[in-house]
Amino acid sequence: MARPVQSDLRTRLQEWIPKIVLAPSVASMLIFVYGFIVFTGYLSFTNSRILPSFDLVGWHNYWRLFQLPTWTIAVQNLAIFASLYIAICIAIGLTLAIFLDQKIRGEGMLRPIFLYPMALSFIVTGTAWKWLLDPGIGIEHTLHLWGWESFHFGWIKSSSMAIYTVVIAAVWQSSGFVMAMFLAGLRGIDNEILKAAQMDGASNWNLYRRIIIPQLRPAFLSAFVILAHLAVKSYDLVIALTGGGPGRATELPATFMYSYTFTRNEMGVGAASAVIMLMTIAAIMIPYLYAELKEPK
Amino acid sequence: MRSYIGRTLKMASVLALVAGSAQAEDVEVLHWWTSGGEAAALNVLKDDLQKEGIGWKDMPVAGGGGQSAMTVLRARVTSGDPPTAVQMLGFDISDWAQQGALADLDKVAADGNWDAVVPAALQKFSKYDGHWVAVPVNVHSTNWVWSNKKMLADLGIEEPKTWDEFIAAMQKVKDSGKIALAAGGQPWQEATMFDGVVLSVGGPEFYKKAFVDLDPEALGGPQMVESFKRMEQLHSFVDPNFSGRDWNLATAMVINGEAAFQMMGDWAKGEFLRAGKEAEVDFGCFRTPGTAGDVTFNSDQFAMFKVGGDAQAAQDAMAKAVMSPSFQIAFNTVKGSVPSRTDVSDEEFDACGKKAMAQLKSASENGTLLGSMAHGHADPASVKNAIYDVVTANFNGEYDAETAAKELVKAVSLAQ
Repeated sequence: MARPVQSDLRTRLQEWIPKIVLAPSVASMLIFVYGFIVFTGYLSFTNSRILPSFDLVGWHNYWRLFQLPTWTIAVQNLAIFASLYIAICIAIGLTLAIFLDQKIRGEGMLRPIFLYPMALSFIVTGTAWKWLLDPGIGIEHTLHLWGWESFHFGWIKSSSMAIYTVVIAAVWQSSGFVMAMFLAGLRGIDNEILKAAQMDGASNWNLYRRIIIPQLRPAFLSAFVILAHLAVKSYDLVIALTGGGPGRATELPATFMYSYTFTRNEMGVGAASAVIMLMTIAAIMIPYLYAELKEPK
Repeated sequence: MRSYIGRTLKMASVLALVAGSAQAEDVEVLHWWTSGGEAAALNVLKDDLQKEGIGWKDMPVAGGGGQSAMTVLRARVTSGDPPTAVQMLGFDISDWAQQGALADLDKVAADGNWDAVVPAALQKFSKYDGHWVAVPVNVHSTNWVWSNKKMLADLGIEEPKTWDEFIAAMQKVKDSGKIALAAGGQPWQEATMFDGVVLSVGGPEFYKKAFVDLDPEALGGPQMVESFKRMEQLHSFVDPNFSGRDWNLATAMVINGEAAFQMMGDWAKGEFLRAGKEAEVDFGCFRTPGTAGDVTFNSDQFAMFKVGGDAQAAQDAMAKAVMSPSFQIAFNTVKGSVPSRTDVSDEEFDACGKKAMAQLKSASENGTLLGSMAHGHADPASVKNAIYDVVTANFNGEYDAETAAKELVKAVSLAQ
């Protein structure tokens, strides 16, 4: 009589324990992620300045946000940065992956070398590239010492070109990671199909263009989503590399949000910019998640 | 908002009474004086307090300008546990006082006769609603030019008295193949130069109208256009590699004889002294040409937060110690600034310090002691940064002078 009850209790426990164990982290995520998203959204409609305030002012902060030239510059910079960063990373990553996939010697050593920059924090990347790109101490200076006096590479000091140095540093950091994703995708392709195509007389070029790259679609999608959100939230790289300068030439929405919220005592405008950034990321992520979650059915 | 903060503070003080009795006589001080000289200067205060049996809980948050320190402070105050004293600049003090978070120091101030010895322009920041809430530690001023004396002598350049002489002198340096103006391309440094330039164009009246009253006519007027034109002139004398450089590296260029001039606040003097240079012998100090007699200042202060109970006594003792002439002298000779009270002997200061003290006193009497825009002593942070945006856009060639003046009016009105 006692046994079935006991086993009932056990099965019930087994059912409950995972939920109990997970509860704290779910609760803290609900509060600290989603709760604060809602709080930030609320703040963006208030007149908060130095500390949060709860007097509603409607859409005023959004109106002010879009009047600010700095915000316009930040958004334009993000457009330049994100599109170049994503495109170049994918191009370099794919090329490297295809080359590494040619059953070459020393692959085991090359792979970690390309992947290694991802192990650094963006602060380290930014600082190292700041020194490399600085005309007074970096590449330009070294080449001058070697005798190439006419060499000029002062992008980081020029208002119109500085944003591209951010792209260079970011691409250096992330393209190895993209390579690893594509390499995994390449390894997952069924060899039978390739052999069949080769037997039908497909050239190497056509093999890649018509069979392999189309099959990498999921890898492209993941690479795009990961790079896109890295681009939108990139803050540390810019701070370490250019500090938003020269002038405000490399300001991005993330640096804008931080400076308005915490150093300019304009928490309302800062919150509004954070909401806009969230919407941008959501516009990228939601279609992706939707597509991903729909597929298995 | 005010009552909300008030409630949390009351709760916090009750908690502090319960929890704080064990560590009664301690002051907790949040500051960003972490560099060698600054830390040494602060030790003087620490020792003074220790003699009275008051412990010192140090809470340094590195980062010049104190932006990270302010972020920490925000967290501490919202959680109802403010530090005893916080290093603070200009309008930040009024902002916190407005939230009802600062203590009332009137009794200590009356005992020390602060009203008479502290310049009125400083009191504007140390007092809120007529009550003392902060203790000024020092007075820096921003309309200084620092020069390499040897280089000027070699080139036969006299100390420039007018703007045109200054430009001619820099042209001479440039022609000799050296860098005329050592500058760091960071918005606050460019704005620091702008302080002196605006003052040189329009004098104290115009400066007040533009930066303190934020009068759109002054901000967009011909004098402002002229100021931006002078900034463009200055830009033609910096080296191509100036952008992003820290101010102390720019000072080092003057020290090492790579550059002739630097327009920077008097914290630069500390760098010269540490390099073993002597004031008015190795390096020269003079006011931005065209601004003789005027002083744009910024002042580090200790804002005192409401703590209550035993901590209150320690706080009062600290306030008193900060204002004591011996500390003011010991601290300011190291820091490069001048004492925040005008009745202190200038004996122990160097030639530049003596000059600065005399000018501070006379400017205070003549009403030409003005808060520095670049260092948050003319406008709140939001307006200050809006002006930074335009100044840096002009200095880096994004706006020409006319556009800059127009954008300045727009930026300031948006930030208010």
